[in-house]
Amino acid sequence: MQTEPTISKNIQLFREFVSYLRTLHIDNLEQKWITIAMVIIAFLVGIITVDALFHGINPPSKVETIDSASAHLSKEFAEDNLGVQRDENGKIIVRMVALRYSFIPKHLEIPAETPITFRWVSTDVLHGVNIPMTNMSTMIVPGYVAEVTTTFPKPGEYPLLCNEYCGLGHNHMWSTIAVIAKEDWVAKSTPAPSTLTK
Amino acid sequence: MNDTAERKLILCHLWVAFAAFIVACFMGEYQVLERSGLLPILESPSVYFASVSTHGVLMAFVLTTFFIMGFGYAIASSSLKQPIWNKPLAWGAFWLALFGVVLAAVPLLSGKASVLYTFYPPMVGHAAFYIGATLLVIGSWIWCAIMLIMFTQWKKANPSQNVPLAMFATAANALLWLWASAGVALEVLFQLIPLSLGWTDTIDPGLARTLFAWTLHPIVYFWLIPAYTAFYVFVPKQAGGFLFSDEMARMAFIVLAVFALPIGFHHLYMDPEQASGWKLLHGIGTFIVALPTLVTGFTVIASLEIAGRLRGGKGLFGWLGTLPWGNPMVLAVILSLLMLIFGGFGGIVNASYAMNAMVHNTAWVPGHFHLIFAGTTVIMYFAVAYYLWPLLVRKPLFSNQLALLQLWTWFIGMSILTTPWHVLGLLGQPRRISTVVYNNLLTLAWKPYELMMIFGGLILLGSACLLVYNLVKTQLTPYAEHFTDEIDYAEPIHKVGVLPEYLNGLTVWNKVIAVLMAISFGFPILQFFFMDTFGSSAWGN
Repeated sequence: MQTEPTISKNIQLFREFVSYLRTLHIDNLEQKWITIAMVIIAFLVGIITVDALFHGINPPSKVETIDSASAHLSKEFAEDNLGVQRDENGKIIVRMVALRYSFIPKHLEIPAETPITFRWVSTDVLHGVNIPMTNMSTMIVPGYVAEVTTTFPKPGEYPLLCNEYCGLGHNHMWSTIAVIAKEDWVAKSTPAPSTLTK
Repeated sequence: MNDTAERKLILCHLWVAFAAFIVACFMGEYQVLERSGLLPILESPSVYFASVSTHGVLMAFVLTTFFIMGFGYAIASSSLKQPIWNKPLAWGAFWLALFGVVLAAVPLLSGKASVLYTFYPPMVGHAAFYIGATLLVIGSWIWCAIMLIMFTQWKKANPSQNVPLAMFATAANALLWLWASAGVALEVLFQLIPLSLGWTDTIDPGLARTLFAWTLHPIVYFWLIPAYTAFYVFVPKQAGGFLFSDEMARMAFIVLAVFALPIGFHHLYMDPEQASGWKLLHGIGTFIVALPTLVTGFTVIASLEIAGRLRGGKGLFGWLGTLPWGNPMVLAVILSLLMLIFGGFGGIVNASYAMNAMVHNTAWVPGHFHLIFAGTTVIMYFAVAYYLWPLLVRKPLFSNQLALLQLWTWFIGMSILTTPWHVLGLLGQPRRISTVVYNNLLTLAWKPYELMMIFGGLILLGSACLLVYNLVKTQLTPYAEHFTDEIDYAEPIHKVGVLPEYLNGLTVWNKVIAVLMAISFGFPILQFFFMDTFGSSAWGN
């Protein structure tokens, strides 16, 4: 086997590197600054890593493919299946289609203080979506389903904007979303009728 | 810089860079004006997005690449004290790159490639745009080869001597760019050109975005390294002092070159085609690459303090007052560092993984990169131009006062432009919109900030014109006397002994990069060939 000599050679190289590192002239003050800088970086990385691994705070990253060209023929993203729905476990799911230059449906009503899962597909080019003043944000890449789960603490009318250049009409692409108090929100467990506007 | 022919080569590169720059500045001002809706007659999405695409290509690809090439030739010939290797090849690279720019300009200006400089498939522009951009990159690859060959030849001819710091940084940048540009080259050659010519019917935007992310982070370090090089090798001398530490400067360039590469997924935080583990890994790498910048800040400020104290400055901050504020290079570095502090803070926000959701693709992002690129980086390009121009045309600078005014106005204009831009992002304004048509109360709050941006842009445009005027006048004003100044490199305050190979060569670091790239991009790229993906057909703009 060739691996053992390679490993010991690399360990040898690493030892030499470390001993070189010791001979480096680093000023006392600079050493202190590097230590401070490393502590700051370790602190920030630490927060992010702990939040990601133990509290599940991650950006939208569900790698799920879909044939965008025929998404409208799929069961999930067929026109009458879009909008707000409650699944069999009572989870609220919002399905939306992004296309030049509209989000379908045009208007949504969702409850505040409730976890909501958004599922987005694009039928044409790259889009992005964000709801200002909230952390609902994702890219919508054709060929992939973008999924985000978030909670809206404050009731109100929010715009829902396309934030990725998708063509000359990019700034005309938007919908609205009404976040209403939890108790006022009438649950619709049956599929919502299409609210596509002309 | 050793003879007229070399000076001409360098000057031609720098002129192309600044010609692209001034054209793009006019476009920038038009864009803030159009977007504000102040002059309804200007409103036209097709002109707006043709302009945004061209502005991006000129600033990010043409200004930078030609400046970096010219700067590299100047550094190599003056620091190694040897002629530029294979000058005909260098000229070939220049003409090839320039031809590429002209080829790409035709579809860009006629609105047939309004796909922005970040490409965005499955939107597809005219093939000439992609082919032109490819020729520009090939020209820069030839430059990389010339830099690395000169670096290697000098090392062979001067064993047991340290490569001058300036050349070490330039060679590190050449290596960085060869690695960095491979990602976008794969995207353009295997995905975009075949699609734009109709050889293929579909494209996987997920793979294309992953390949572009490979390039997208290190490319900003490719632009930044010349500015950092000037920080280390020109500024201490111009301030009247010494470089605080030569070894730490080398360490900083190495960490920049190595860790700038495997971290591109912070551009894909909000993307659905990559899993969270990979994003987290790249996110951690992004924080690590902040370290060399923090070290650079320390070394440069320490070098300035040495200079200030040598000039009689006393007390904790007294040395600041005794610095030569009338020297463009010194003024530029102070303004550059100020913008770096704010821009760096914004960068940490962007890098912060899930928190990126709050700012992703909002106006905050162009605000950030204008501050850190057009501010921190490009102000050092100006300082280098003011420093090199007299040496290249063998005449003194036309006006030092105008140069100082230009640097101050650039700083002030950039502050006025980017502060409201950041605020707009926090108020939820998406980037890349040509007008605000959302029928929503929120958008009323955007108006005053958009108007402020027009004002900032106007100051910047005036400043850019001052720069070009000063450079032209320097070149055209007759000068009878014999001009003898040469590039004057800063000396380290502590004499540097013979450095170990890892601080004097790049071979071992090249291997480290290869391993890190295989780890951070291997699976994320290969996954597209193993899962069932569905291509997208091409769309025009």
